[in-house]
Amino acid sequence: MTIVQTATGPAQTMVLNMGPQHPSTHGVLRVLLELDGENVVKADVDIGYLHTGIEKTAEALTYSQAITITDRMDYLAPLSNNLAYCLAVEKLLELEIPKRAQYIRVLLTELTRVASHLVWLGTHAIDLGAMSVFLYCFREREGLLNIFEMVSGQRMMTSYFRIGGLALEPPIGWTDRVQKVLQSLPARIDEYEDLLTKNRIWLARTQGVGMLSAADAIAMGVSGPSLRGSGVDYDVRKYFPYSSYEEFDFQVPVRTECDCYARYMCRVAEMRESLKIVKQALEKIPSEGPIKADAPGIVPPQREKMKTEMEALIYHFKIFTEGFAPPPGEVYQRVESPRGELGCFIASDGSPKPYRMKIRAPSFANLQALQKMVEGRLIADVIASIGTLDIVLGEIDR
Amino acid sequence: MTETPDLEQNPTVARIRSWKPDAIEGLVSFRGELTILLPREHLFPLAEFLAAAPELAFTYLSDVTGVDRFPVEPRFELNYHLLSLSRREAIRLRVRLQGDSPVIESVVPVWPTANWHEREIFDLFGIRFEGHPNLRRILMPDDWEGYPLRKDYPVEGPR
Repeated sequence: MTIVQTATGPAQTMVLNMGPQHPSTHGVLRVLLELDGENVVKADVDIGYLHTGIEKTAEALTYSQAITITDRMDYLAPLSNNLAYCLAVEKLLELEIPKRAQYIRVLLTELTRVASHLVWLGTHAIDLGAMSVFLYCFREREGLLNIFEMVSGQRMMTSYFRIGGLALEPPIGWTDRVQKVLQSLPARIDEYEDLLTKNRIWLARTQGVGMLSAADAIAMGVSGPSLRGSGVDYDVRKYFPYSSYEEFDFQVPVRTECDCYARYMCRVAEMRESLKIVKQALEKIPSEGPIKADAPGIVPPQREKMKTEMEALIYHFKIFTEGFAPPPGEVYQRVESPRGELGCFIASDGSPKPYRMKIRAPSFANLQALQKMVEGRLIADVIASIGTLDIVLGEIDR
Repeated sequence: MTETPDLEQNPTVARIRSWKPDAIEGLVSFRGELTILLPREHLFPLAEFLAAAPELAFTYLSDVTGVDRFPVEPRFELNYHLLSLSRREAIRLRVRLQGDSPVIESVVPVWPTANWHEREIFDLFGIRFEGHPNLRRILMPDDWEGYPLRKDYPVEGPR
């Protein structure tokens, strides 16, 4: 804590260093707050504490290997990251993905959205003093992580989507697990709403707090539920459908109050919409059919074929030793991650490694709006404003 | 990559052409994505025009990405991914910069979100943005030397 001299005379404001080690910054965010009493005069956001050079690392990996590092950016929604990256490479290769794989991708990314929103709800609530919601949310999230573990073998770093389709055939009985979640979760979300939606403390802490007008949100490049809480209906799934989203019937929740409460309502409604999509996907997924595109040289061949066909064995060897080389060119693929527009830009130079991979992290753009949301407000509202943006520092710093 | 005359028929391209015929250096369409190549000095006026013209309304800047083509000159490439929310259209602007003068005008006055994106490119590629309100390193430590995403940045051994 330091006392500073201001232009008008002796110390009137105080600079407070919040973070990077602070539980309510959701990772390693540092905010320098200039305070006048309890009012925030100026907020300076400092990031980079989690920078691991993922984009540089990708340049040294083959296209298939780079999938594993996409998990580690937005660690609350690894499947959304996998999807953005795989779709970008598939666009580069002009691969046609079998419908069955597309529907399974949709189903799992929507479950990811629910799991991510549950973490957001729990942590946001605990930041604002509602302890029990946190415990309930993490209990439900565990059920979803079990599904991810069932299909991919991993709870969090799934790497389940591969270029051309999926890594493995989902195990027998996985749909029953999804059904069980579909049956139990809506009632659980009702429970959270009982605890919060009309709770007077919750209303006092979120209504009229963290105001962000639609014009400001667009200017700052905010996307996802943070933008939709300001009355803009931009959702990549509707604007630029990918992976067969155009075949699903769902609403995009939009609120116009522009405050933390609006964003809370948007996310809760979004969880219900996601479950609707999951339900439709379950009905659509054919019980049999390929989960990988028919693309020799890009998609690893089946084990059986490798034992009987020489060509398959050669392809297998080539994919895992030198990789495959997409044509030169640049693509940008956007998907709707739980946090907003997740973009994957890939520049290929015709070699088996991405010449440049860039992730447009939704949290990166969203966090820029924090300054606007907190300046002139109370210091207690800073916590609410950070929470409502739903940032993941892993993808901001990459 | 193909460069075909029918890209001129694209309404966005036609509108830019009618505004300033020499603002576009080239057009590329790859995998259904339109890229407009620009000379450096036209970026800022065109950015203002694209954001302000009501029939274009490219008010949303998704991303700015740098690419280093070392040792090819012009070495640096900047890609601006724009979105028109009202018309549901996306385009990409591309500017190439010489390695000996990696300087370009900042688009922060047009799209405030460019603030951090440009800081990131400054941090990792060493491209300077003139008129940027706060051009400091953002991901790397302030006292870091070198620009890690450049292709001639050593990935092992002493820097």
